[in-house]
Amino acid sequence: MLETEGVTKSFGGVHALRGVDFSLAQGEIHALVGENGAGKSTLIKVLTGVYRPDEGTIRFDGREVSFHRPADAQRAGISTIYQEVNLVPLLSVARNIFLGREPRTRLGLVDVAAMNRRAAELVGSLGIDIDVTADLGTLGLGIQQMVALARAVSVDSRVVIMDEPTSSLEAKEVATLFDVARTLAARGVGLVFVSHRLDELWQLCDRVTVLRDGRRVHSGSMAELDRLGLIAHMLGREVAEVAREGATEFGDTHRRDQEPVLTAHGLQVRNRLHGVDLAVRPGEVLGLGGLLGSGRSETVKAVYGALPVRSGSVHVGGRPVRPNSVPHALRAGVALLSEDRKAEGIIADLSVRDNIALAVLPRFSRGGLVAEKRIDALVETFVRRLRIKAASPQQKVRELSGGNQQKVLIARWLCTEPKVFLLDEPTRGIDVGAKAEVQALIDELAEQGLAVVLISSEMDELVEGADRVVVLRDGAVSGELSEDRKTSAALLAALAGAAAEEEGGDE
Amino acid sequence: MSERLAMRTPAETPPKRRTRPRRIDADWIRRNGVYVALVLLLAINVVFTDNFVSEGTLRLQLIQVVPVLIVAIGMALVIGTEGIDLSVGAVMAIAAALIPLYIGYGTLVAVLVAVLAGAISGLLAGTLVGRVGVQPIIATLGIMVAGRGLANLFGGEIKSIRDPGIVELGSGSVLGIPYVVLIAAAVAAGAWFLVRRSTYGRRLVAIGGNKRAAELAGLPVRRVLVTTYVLCGLLAALAGVLLAARSQASDPTKLGLLMELSAITAVVLGGTPLSGGQVRIAGTVAGALLLQLITATLIFHDIPDSTAQIAQAVIVVAAVYVQLGRKKARR
Repeated sequence: MLETEGVTKSFGGVHALRGVDFSLAQGEIHALVGENGAGKSTLIKVLTGVYRPDEGTIRFDGREVSFHRPADAQRAGISTIYQEVNLVPLLSVARNIFLGREPRTRLGLVDVAAMNRRAAELVGSLGIDIDVTADLGTLGLGIQQMVALARAVSVDSRVVIMDEPTSSLEAKEVATLFDVARTLAARGVGLVFVSHRLDELWQLCDRVTVLRDGRRVHSGSMAELDRLGLIAHMLGREVAEVAREGATEFGDTHRRDQEPVLTAHGLQVRNRLHGVDLAVRPGEVLGLGGLLGSGRSETVKAVYGALPVRSGSVHVGGRPVRPNSVPHALRAGVALLSEDRKAEGIIADLSVRDNIALAVLPRFSRGGLVAEKRIDALVETFVRRLRIKAASPQQKVRELSGGNQQKVLIARWLCTEPKVFLLDEPTRGIDVGAKAEVQALIDELAEQGLAVVLISSEMDELVEGADRVVVLRDGAVSGELSEDRKTSAALLAALAGAAAEEEGGDE
Repeated sequence: MSERLAMRTPAETPPKRRTRPRRIDADWIRRNGVYVALVLLLAINVVFTDNFVSEGTLRLQLIQVVPVLIVAIGMALVIGTEGIDLSVGAVMAIAAALIPLYIGYGTLVAVLVAVLAGAISGLLAGTLVGRVGVQPIIATLGIMVAGRGLANLFGGEIKSIRDPGIVELGSGSVLGIPYVVLIAAAVAAGAWFLVRRSTYGRRLVAIGGNKRAAELAGLPVRRVLVTTYVLCGLLAALAGVLLAARSQASDPTKLGLLMELSAITAVVLGGTPLSGGQVRIAGTVAGALLLQLITATLIFHDIPDSTAQIAQAVIVVAAVYVQLGRKKARR
């Protein structure tokens, strides 16, 4: 019913979609799956008229269509339901359902009675039991999602796209939402369903399309694909594939004969982490694996004091670190290279020099004044050591390439002389050359005795870069791959939640 | 190890070179336009205004710019943190209203009490913004309204100030330079040094540039924010004291009225972006001088005050537009 053929879309030279074919049949619930940056959102935006494809065609009911703006897609019968409900919280349920299409009386006023009656019929037919005159904002998020669905039905949508509708819902709300979705499918509406909760896909969906790096890598029946197979498609590894050698710049393993320098015990963060334990020795690279939403970033942020923990303890060098305090964690010798370079890392309008010196300002101050000469010397050392390519230390960081920005941030943290370096996706979004350099640097730092925690969505990076991999799932440690058992296959199995021993033995 | 690094450095994309041709673009105008405008307007006045180049006129202009200048410097610091302080005018009025109340204890005590009141107001604003998390415009709007009421409560009606110490502060001079001008110059120099050389200044700019990144770098974000609003309140109170000293009177309903607008205008004219992350003290000084000169020029040529206000409004919008133009061009 809704199809794309060879849809390509790029932004400033970066391909977000490369020749994607996608087809949605009438009355089917179709899962759209992929890791971050795989192209899911771009595809949805192409389908709903937010973006226009550079190449390729969109067909709706067999006719080629071209949506110039979201309103065109809506008029054609394609509705979208987002994670955040984009309805008006201060208006009643009925008003929201009929927003912009309110039934009128002869005087041109809104016919409230007729509107409420029709709204009640509509939600009733979907099996939702609510008071349609209540303000939308007073209802739970799950109900709001269903009102959004009801609105989609009332505008006679033929296609409903649900972009992570369940991510902030309770289990019971999810169940009701799924019932409504099935009711819609039974009426012949086609649904596209995006969720990072993989289990939900098998509960709800008939077919699945997997995207990776802007390409469609798999399309088929949901039931015929098991969890392991799905994850293999998402991450780009054949289940049986043995770990390749030398795909990354990581060298040999590191010595691990000392007492752990960092231990974290029972870290709990509301709704995110449920008791995570970690221990890293000096000179060891500990990999932290897991799918999106498994709690990898949350774990390192909790260790660093940047995410409020409910309970749990962190020790560095045997001494306890005060929880929930970044300055204390820094002073204890912990550094965090954050995943989001732009929002949480660089200060774009400041110079390379000031960005590097940011975290060590207190140590390079005398009587409240900045010790400029000492900072100059320090900055020069790191610019040379990390091969930061900038016109001068005074150049603004915003003008550097992504890889060089990342090196500036690594320099910022190395200045603090950390004992433990938490690296959250250190090679994401940087070019191949810089990536190799960063990987080699991680190796070098570990050899010099730094304890490293490495988060990466790239399996090669984890398998080859880390000495040991701890796998997280739903905010808890679900497995560990020791030195001799860390292979891509074993990691895949651990990610999928199967016991590492069973799946990993036959590599 | 470094050899290994060297060998493993394949095609790195060359860094984007900073091309800074001597071209007059939006960015250049934003940074230097205020100086050009100031020189131009000075030249116009030298040619077209009778008796402009005289000690009396120039002296008066400098004396008149002092309150705006001092307030604008505090405002520049706050704007550098991506904040704004609307309470400065009310704080001036409070400070001025306190002078007659405490003058019985001596000049110094009265001035200290007045300035301390400004610091307390700044502490309140800084706490609301930095610790409670209220938006700066809302927090300081509240203080602005309440502060004006408080000034009226303290002051009641216009009170004249006859204390010789205060009169000397407002009208005296050393080597022909009025005290108030010297104080303003000292404030500007101190602020310039603070922004350029102090740890506090570096942190302020970093927080204004990217607050989350500054937090993750272990910077004492709240403390810096509170300090900044305290400094701003302190400077506003000082400006209120100097203005009262010069007019030898304190009028709680009128003193410092619309000062927040003038100060913000001076800061924006001086090239400090409202989006924070930069503080331009020299530009702010030039901005205040330019604003003063525009008003004076209109008065010299018998254009009414109301027109001058309209001109000021047009200038703010134009200056902000230049900033926005630069932002868009970047994307």
